[in-house]
Order: sequence, then C-alpha cells, then structure tokens
Amino acid sequence: MLSAGYEQDVSSAGPVSIKILIAGGFGAGKTTMVGSVSEIRPLRTEEALSEPSILVDTLDGIEQKSTTTVAMDFGRITVREDLVVYLFGTPGQHRFWFMWDELALGALGAVVMADTRRLADSFPSVDYFERRGLPFVVAVNCFDGAKRFKPDAVRTALDLDAGVPVVLCDARQRTSSRDVLVTLVEYAIKLISDSEIMSSY
Amino acid sequence: MRDDQWFDRDAGPVVRPYALTRGRTRPSGAVIDLLALVTAAGVSQSDLRMLEPEPRQLMRIARNPISVADLASDLDLPLGVVRILLADMRERGLVTIRPPARTRPTDPQLLKDVADALRRL
Repeated sequence: MLSAGYEQDVSSAGPVSIKILIAGGFGAGKTTMVGSVSEIRPLRTEEALSEPSILVDTLDGIEQKSTTTVAMDFGRITVREDLVVYLFGTPGQHRFWFMWDELALGALGAVVMADTRRLADSFPSVDYFERRGLPFVVAVNCFDGAKRFKPDAVRTALDLDAGVPVVLCDARQRTSSRDVLVTLVEYAIKLISDSEIMSSY
Repeated sequence: MRDDQWFDRDAGPVVRPYALTRGRTRPSGAVIDLLALVTAAGVSQSDLRMLEPEPRQLMRIARNPISVADLASDLDLPLGVVRILLADMRERGLVTIRPPARTRPTDPQLLKDVADALRRL
C-alpha cells in the first residue's frame, strides 16, 4: 500500500491529524510551550483585515493596506506514522480572532496559558473556548519570581466551571508542558465518556 | 526613475507572494483547510520542469501526503499564498487535496493512543 515515488496512490490516505490550540495573553508562554514539546516552526498567514478592525486600527500612512501578516507558532509531534499532533500558538491580539474560528474547527481542545501576574489576559481565551464548547485546560505558567497561586485560587479568579482542569506548569520544561497536553487529552476523553453516559451528544 | 524602483525594501514580502499569485488574494473555490492533506499527482519530469519554482518545489515536498500548514512552513510562504497556489494546482490536476475531519476527534481509543504517546515524550 506504500505510495511509489511520484505515483499518486489514493490508498495512502496520510496521517490522522489532531489539532491542539495554545492560547493565552501576550507573553504568557505560548511560544515557550510549543517549543518545549515539539519542533517549532514559524507559520505566516496573510489575511485580509476585516472591516471592524480596519475601523479600529490606525492605518494612517498605510493607505489601501488591506492585508496583514500574522505569525503563528506551529509545532508538530509525530505520535505514530499515521497519527500527528499539531500545536498552534494562537495570536493573542483581538484583531486576529477571525483566525481562531478556523483554528478551533475540528480541534481536540486548547491550553490556555495563564500568567498569574496578568490573569485578566486569559479571560478572552477562556470566554472564547467556553462559548465554543471546546475542551480546554488552564495552565498556570510558573515564572521565576511570580507569586505562586494555588490552582483553586486561579479557578475562582477565572470563574471556571468545576470540571475544567487547572494545572501549574513550567512551560520551559518539556515534561511539564507534556503533562499539560496529557491533562488536556485525558479531559477530552472524560468529556466524551461523560457525554456518552448522558447520551445527549 | 527606473521602472523597477517603484517598490523598496519597505514593501517587504508583499510583492513576491502577490506576484506569485498573479495579484490574487483569495483562492478560487472553497477555503482549503490548514490541515488538509496535499498529495502531488504523478507528472513527468518534463512537465515538472515547465512549472514555476514554487509549484515545482511544492510538488517535490508533497510526494507523500503533507498538511497545508506544513507546506506553508516548508515553503516559507504565507498560508494565503499557498492556498491560492494549491487551488490553481488542483485545477490543473497537479495535486489532490483531502480535507481533514471537520469535527472534533471523539474516538476514545484514538485519544488514548495520543495520551499514551504524549506521556512517552
């Protein structure tokens, strides 16, 4: 069934891809996390600015500019030959949210990186994934010098549903970032089995 | 002023991709998913040589199925440009594009495999 060189082979369907979003405020450690667990590569996307953002953005001196280049962090973990996990570090600024809809489509779930010094920066991501019904976990990135918060304090501050996992992590550490991803996948599995029990899905 | 001085360094990478796509900013047809799998069709070496450098390089990279995101990253071209190229190349029968599942993965066994594999990282 192996594809022979340049011959197209419809039977080689290619790997199944799993998409995980890494979201959070600017500087919360998204790039660090993607880089610590996967081979990180830049991915540029050139997008037309939507009308509302044209109104909001100052475009003085860039007349007629209707596209913008957005750089995403893009990581790939090859689980098996036929199974690949893709990580997308989502651009945090509001004006790039139009990209989130595409990224969220068919995604397994999301990690919301939180910096306890700027917890409010993670509100928009939390809101977005709650509204979308996309499974997410909150990963509190423990920066050097940042005050340690108990996960429950973060849960309360972010007003999270009881089931949403909140974990402490050090995004620089491969094993720590990996554990966050494992937590997300296990949470997604739990939600699936819960919904099967409820048979409401 | 010479004809070729109408753009400068500030024009940045905008000039090249749009020249590459002949001025278009949107691909024809439906949007090609970020994780759609692209596979190059079997074409002769002489046909390959007729292609412009970027499509030719794309054909080489996509000998085995590869995602649109991987392609854009490998080609170091913006996603939008790659999508336009791909739409053209599909029309010309140079590539096949298989969309990924648009729904969230819900096969528990698949997800367990993913969790196990991640734990081994």
